[in-house]
Amino acid sequence: MRRYLVGAMIPVAFLIGWEASTRTGLLTLESLSRPSDILMAGYAALRDGSLLLATMQTCETALLGLAIAAIAGIVIGAVLGLSSTAERIIGPTIEALRPIPAIAFMPLALMMFGFGVGLEASIVAYACVWPILIVTIAAVRAVEGRLLDVAAVLELPVWKKMAKIVLPAAFARINVGLRIAAAISLVVAVTVEIVLNPRGLGYRLILAEQSLEIGLMWAQLVWLCLLGYVLNLLLSRLGRGSTPVWRPL
Amino acid sequence: MRRLFNPMNLAALGFALLLLMAWQLLADAHLISPIFFPSPLRSLAVLQHRLADGSLWLPLAATGLRMTIGWLLASAIGVVLGAAIGSSRFARDLLDPTLEFIRPLPASAVIPVAILFLGLSNAMSVTVIAFGAIWPVLLASVHGFSSVPPELANVSQVLGFGRADFLRKVAFPSALPDIVAGLRVSLAIALILAVVTEMQSSLPGLGWDIFSAQRFYRSADLYAGLVILALLGFAANHLILLLEWRVLRWRNLRT
Repeated sequence: MRRYLVGAMIPVAFLIGWEASTRTGLLTLESLSRPSDILMAGYAALRDGSLLLATMQTCETALLGLAIAAIAGIVIGAVLGLSSTAERIIGPTIEALRPIPAIAFMPLALMMFGFGVGLEASIVAYACVWPILIVTIAAVRAVEGRLLDVAAVLELPVWKKMAKIVLPAAFARINVGLRIAAAISLVVAVTVEIVLNPRGLGYRLILAEQSLEIGLMWAQLVWLCLLGYVLNLLLSRLGRGSTPVWRPL
Repeated sequence: MRRLFNPMNLAALGFALLLLMAWQLLADAHLISPIFFPSPLRSLAVLQHRLADGSLWLPLAATGLRMTIGWLLASAIGVVLGAAIGSSRFARDLLDPTLEFIRPLPASAVIPVAILFLGLSNAMSVTVIAFGAIWPVLLASVHGFSSVPPELANVSQVLGFGRADFLRKVAFPSALPDIVAGLRVSLAIALILAVVTEMQSSLPGLGWDIFSAQRFYRSADLYAGLVILALLGFAANHLILLLEWRVLRWRNLRT
């Protein structure tokens, strides 16, 4: 209990100080707004649905990008994980592409897709594919050798071996990569919107700043904090013991 | 040299060259759009040209400087805050909830706020970079400072160290491997945010170069910019690895 009180000290003091200093005229309102106005602006944006619509747009695109990255990352990762020859030949090329910030591809994606979902989802996919790919390679390589022996004895074709044995056995670990990528996807989606793409939460945020709707800007910032917080909470819940881990008998 | 030129590495190099060659041939035959995929040789020519006339260095230096200053700022604040949180129960209770709430915020979302207060300036860019790059280093130093081996804490007690001496002479070196690992992640983020702020606010630098190359449909310039950016990221990462090796050599010697 004492812990929560101590933890609440800074935010509460900050908010009261902010509100009080704008009320007494110590600070001017031009670029600051104040907590009560921010709350009102946030409430208004929630009621007229614009905030939820923007959130939907952002989340949809982030999810689409994540899904593309998951499919590409798991398929390529499984192949490279099973064949160390392929990994050693293709690996260095992948390592050379990895350090390029996904955001730097934005102008290129803009030329290819124009404004819209394609631009944003492709950047999200590029950013998200690396953690999934790397974790999948490691996970597939760590699959129990005896399981692969079983597949060999049963003479399973490659795709059946993948679907029935390798991927289920590796899934608990791949899940870790997916969770990292999910956190990245939201960040990248918002970034693309802020810099370039005229849709979603990031665009609303920069638009509110440019049209000097300061209260709305702060409200959306707090909303983004909440969104990220809830996402992180969800992801860590998902990670905790809910995925079955296959253990050798 | 033997290890560098083993058949596998040659095969890996061959694969990369094969991809580039296929790209070159497809571009030459106009099978892929030269607007989206200009031939690698054209990008290389741009790179060569920019190296020769020196127009490469200014944006490279601008981006590098922005990245470095923001990163240093983040590192300093991150380590100090991390030391406080990692070594004091009260500081942890006081700061943790606030930081945990701000942490999931995408760093780029701070750009509008930073523009409002600082304008489209280098200060704005550096602030955003510092905000985004602080988290890895902060989390790493919290972990490092809170997991100082109890024997070391006992030793410093026996030696009669005060709190400041304990933090500086015992806890900091003990936390250093964690901190350096965090610094490396932070630097990668700093580069990304340098590029993002340049694109958003038209600040001169590599990010802006790439952006304006797109505006004028000069896609060879765009790819050249990407290559330089990748090299900058690669170099920065390896500088830290070198630093890590130098700073942590004493640990390897001991074991």
